[in-house]
Amino acid sequence: MKKEIMTIISNERLTTGVYEMRLKGDVTAITAPGQFVNIALAGFSLRRPISVCDVGKDELTLVYKVVGRGTEYMSGLKKGFALDILVGLGNGYSVSKTSKKALVIGGGVGLPPLYLLTEKLFEAGKLVDVIMGFNTKSEIFYADKFRSLGANVTITTVDGSEGIKGFVTDAMTGADYDYFYACGPLPMLKAVEKNTFGKGQISLEERMGCGFGACLGCSIQTRNGAKRVCKDGPVFEKGEVIW
Amino acid sequence: MVKTAVELCGIKLDNPVIPASGTFGFGYEFAEFYDINILGSISLKGSTKEARFGNPTPRIAECPAGLINSVGLQNPGIDEAVNKEYPLLAKVYKKPVIQNISGFSVEEFAYCAAKASESDMVGIIEVNVSCPNVHGGGAAFGTDPDRIYEVTRAVREVTSKPVFVKLSPNVTDIKIMAKACAAGGADGITLINTLSGMRIDLKTRKPVVKMKAGGYSGAGVFPIALKMVYDVYETVTLPIMGVGGITSARDVVEMMLAGATAVQIGTANLIDPYACKTIIEQLPSVMESYKIDDLSKIIGGAH
Repeated sequence: MKKEIMTIISNERLTTGVYEMRLKGDVTAITAPGQFVNIALAGFSLRRPISVCDVGKDELTLVYKVVGRGTEYMSGLKKGFALDILVGLGNGYSVSKTSKKALVIGGGVGLPPLYLLTEKLFEAGKLVDVIMGFNTKSEIFYADKFRSLGANVTITTVDGSEGIKGFVTDAMTGADYDYFYACGPLPMLKAVEKNTFGKGQISLEERMGCGFGACLGCSIQTRNGAKRVCKDGPVFEKGEVIW
Repeated sequence: MVKTAVELCGIKLDNPVIPASGTFGFGYEFAEFYDINILGSISLKGSTKEARFGNPTPRIAECPAGLINSVGLQNPGIDEAVNKEYPLLAKVYKKPVIQNISGFSVEEFAYCAAKASESDMVGIIEVNVSCPNVHGGGAAFGTDPDRIYEVTRAVREVTSKPVFVKLSPNVTDIKIMAKACAAGGADGITLINTLSGMRIDLKTRKPVVKMKAGGYSGAGVFPIALKMVYDVYETVTLPIMGVGGITSARDVVEMMLAGATAVQIGTANLIDPYACKTIIEQLPSVMESYKIDDLSKIIGGAH
């Protein structure tokens, strides 16, 4: 983890309530896809934890949803604005667990950390199928970006306005993958654990105090004892979390 | 060169800045951020006889100038703390530490104090009679002067280390509680723990934290903590560790003027993991700007 002052390069709306923020600064503390950053915002006591969507040389991309006053404030920030950010928090996904082909499953704003993961999987020479779940067509973002990485993308929408009608699990028909990775809302993660073959990793979300393991605000029960979502997670093995 | 050192029950601290229990774990994880030997001491995570998972999540709610927590004393149990956590801390920290302990009976407090006292690393036992997040433990003791007296005496009997009692602000008169600590044989008093508080989510129309209420801490409680330290300083002659909403070196000086011999930094660590380091680094220049050459000389200076 590193505390950095990062400058906004751009902050644009992708779809209703979903924004993409690009920031300039030292990103060397990010060591794995699935990690997150924790952003201090003027006028708010707690930092906002946001998953890392992409990293470049001295550049970071975050895709976030406006869910409250903090993220609403973030969505109004302009190019050139400097933010105090804790960079490189959490454990992240392990790319090396996939031997040949991975299935990547994301629901809504669970998708951003899976973008960097997919990039890293391809860099490591693996094949990737991606299932993207949304409520409706107008909520879809990043489908083309995943495709341009080389991923085979399947979209599901709850109302059937695009792709397969239903949930991500409705698109999980075959078993031609040797490892899976998921991120999304809790009911989706539970369903994914039930409907996947073999091993995989899921990423959890929890209301956090510090984001770096000190306050024990985000603890969960696992088969290996109490774990902190922020520090021991947010990525856990399939079957590890006691729901 | 200004002097930042203070003495707490015969233990010399290089400076009065101590991370508060529950905001710094068992310390060693913060050694990834900076050399934690710059700290005056560390108050380690409040530990109980048995391991505890604590309360269900959400355990955190944001507030203006702070946060509410309802962690509920999650800890590995005092035996595990001494046997597994202490060796990890010993690798990166070389000064005496403060072990915060809690319990659900007088016997449990005594057990934890005795266990922690077996370690040479422990300089002070801090008795938490004030956790607001555990029913039947913690605060159930801290709001009754007879129970405070009883717990203090029981801990006093099983350890030769200095005993501090950490008091709750959620009482009608903090001075009565301080007197009970003194009567029970405490060597010092830590105050304050968190204030009882609540937030309600406007979307769900339900309390934000699962346990409904929790303990409020952060910059917003500083004036309350300061006043209680001031009052207790006038009531008993015991040294005080002042804690509650300190976020700067100026706050440290103010808390010491109110009567604190040392201070604890809590919530500030959670917002900025470098908070204690920054405060320690700021301290000499703040002292100079207020013409303080020896910090130990200003204790209770506002009286």
